[in-house]
Amino acid sequence: MRKMLAAVSRVLSGVSQKPASRVLVASRNFANDATFEIKKCDLHRLEEGPPVTTVLTREDGLRYYRMMQTVRRMELKADQLYKQKIIRGFCHLCDGQEACCVGLEAGINPTDHLITAYRAHGFTFTRGLSVREILAELTGRRGGCAKGKGGSMHMYAKNFYGGNGIVGAQVPLGAGIALACKYNGKDEVCLTLYGDGAANQGQIFEAYNMAALWKLPCIFICENNRYGMGTSVERAAASTDYYKRGDFIPGLRVDGMDILCVREATRFAAAYCRSGKGPILMELQTYRYHGHSMSDPGVSYRTREEIQEVRSKSDPIMLLKDRMVNSNLASVEELKGRKLLTPVAGERREEGGLKQREPSTVLNASQALVSRAQDRPDAPR
Amino acid sequence: LAPPLSVLSLSFRQVSGLLRRRFHRTAPAALQVTVREAINQGMDEELERDEKVFLLGEEVAQYDGAYKVSRGLWKKYGDKRIIDTPISEMGFAGIAVGAAMAGLRPICEFMTFNFSMQAIDQVINSAAKTYYMSGGLQPVPIVFRGPNGASAGVAAQHSQCFAAWYGHCPGLKVVSPWNSEDAKGLIKSAIRDNNPVVVLENELMYGVPFEFPSEAQSKDFLIPIGKAKIERQGTHITVVAHSRPVGHCLEAATVLSKEGIECEVINMRTIRPMDIETIEASVMKTNHLITVEGGWPQFGVGAEICARIMEGPAFNFLDAPAVRVTGADVPMPYAKILEDNSVPQVKDIIFAIKKTLNI
Repeated sequence: MRKMLAAVSRVLSGVSQKPASRVLVASRNFANDATFEIKKCDLHRLEEGPPVTTVLTREDGLRYYRMMQTVRRMELKADQLYKQKIIRGFCHLCDGQEACCVGLEAGINPTDHLITAYRAHGFTFTRGLSVREILAELTGRRGGCAKGKGGSMHMYAKNFYGGNGIVGAQVPLGAGIALACKYNGKDEVCLTLYGDGAANQGQIFEAYNMAALWKLPCIFICENNRYGMGTSVERAAASTDYYKRGDFIPGLRVDGMDILCVREATRFAAAYCRSGKGPILMELQTYRYHGHSMSDPGVSYRTREEIQEVRSKSDPIMLLKDRMVNSNLASVEELKGRKLLTPVAGERREEGGLKQREPSTVLNASQALVSRAQDRPDAPR
Repeated sequence: LAPPLSVLSLSFRQVSGLLRRRFHRTAPAALQVTVREAINQGMDEELERDEKVFLLGEEVAQYDGAYKVSRGLWKKYGDKRIIDTPISEMGFAGIAVGAAMAGLRPICEFMTFNFSMQAIDQVINSAAKTYYMSGGLQPVPIVFRGPNGASAGVAAQHSQCFAAWYGHCPGLKVVSPWNSEDAKGLIKSAIRDNNPVVVLENELMYGVPFEFPSEAQSKDFLIPIGKAKIERQGTHITVVAHSRPVGHCLEAATVLSKEGIECEVINMRTIRPMDIETIEASVMKTNHLITVEGGWPQFGVGAEICARIMEGPAFNFLDAPAVRVTGADVPMPYAKILEDNSVPQVKDIIFAIKKTLNI
């Protein structure tokens, strides 16, 4: 059981690149890469923006597809587990927004840094944690990435600073991480995400000011999914041009449903920051299928028709699949095969997660405080 | 806000020159160092020792510090290590916490802790709770420091004591130095600590000189966080205080000594984690207890001490209920006579001691 889980985990974390069915693939010759046109970004205080065409290799395409599908399946699984009351408290899902987390990751290096708010499961995965660790954390198990002490909103990984529950608070934190990047002089950048709701928080403007003043390598990213909880952008913001809200900070507005658009914009923004010009702002126009959280059905402030329209016309996974199939980068069967694999692994993963035990005590191993520089709390018994 | 300046008779350069020369002598004589100089020294030494340490806050660099505590540091270390911030507490406290998460060791100065209220979410939710919430993955080695509590004539919005507020929160360490030795030893320990540490200084103490023992002159002089100090041995009553009131307690003890009452004065030094063992051992010896603090009475430091004494072995040794001497339960008034009567004075401490001893 453990070995099977480990093997499945490896496949889904994208380490190995083996096709689901060797027999099917061997008889087809796919293109190695293809060039695609992507939407031009709206620009603020920028002469030029990201390129309007991009090259996608088969390998990258398969990897992005698999990652987006994994995030999608993981979120849907979390939905089920929440309804079974195995996940408790807050649970904010990001299905619909997969192109954002996967696309951003595609545009940066693992040595770069990322911080976001509470809709964080997708980023936790793309920043390197396994689905197992994430589901175990969501279900409050010791094998969870935070040993069951954090939950949905407090998951951390290397160069990933959560998972933050207080709306907007993560933005000054991200500017601080960028300050550390500049201080250390290693050409790293920090992606600092917030939503359209958080975009009206005062501390974000304080962070804009200091980041610009001190030329911090901070990419401010507004994930605009059109609704801050139950309030549409028109009802919350005097200006819904979030990419312009940084005022003196240059900005671009990006199609957040197109992973290639997100990737190119991210590459552009990261290059801008790394050149020492200071911060830049990206608005990703995206959409969430679920409500704000599992406590919100998500249909009192928007229509089912609207949700359905986005699903049928702009689904990020569908958009990538169509592109790849139409350009002979992959076959429908091949992509479906991967899709079949994920829910099965997801089920098994979840079972494996549930078999773990809950943390034994609240103050296990004096984990409230670090007592020495190299301290890490003892593993729970 | 124009900060009240206490001007030293010697310039800082002269004093620090003296200090530097004395470090090389084999047997340094007794040295007078103000609390301000002690904090400055402590920060200077830690900035020199570890290049990940840096200081940020309003006026800390080019102005030499609103209260001149960071005098000379910007000149020595430059823009990268000593950073002037705009008036954006929530923003720069968050930036400091983020920098700490990414591996630096920031000292975040609040011009006074009253302004930390604007940033308190970053102190508590982003700094204090993170190590626990992350299951031990993400430490936050940050120091928040600045003057706390009452000053002189600065009125209600600039006089609040935050010892109880910060002392309430798991994940934070909170220290409250009284004299120069405390100030230097505790700021150095705070900077070296991998947890978020709140250092509650006192503006009225900045200019007060104290004798600096020879061990305090060492660059590795540290005072452990979580350990109280018995400033004066006594047999009749235990008097527990933190920060400036420690001095008032010692004055009261001197007065009472003439009447044959010997007070044991404990300088808490640390609010959290509280060294209740030292207090308990003392109460078990003297059988009487009063607490003294500048903050408001309700849910305060004294309230916590009394509760813990009741819960522990020392309760059975009490011959009288413990009494708290605290600031008055009002927003600090401006007029001097009202302000004087809103903070614990020596006469209030003497009164409380005699009441407890039934004299």
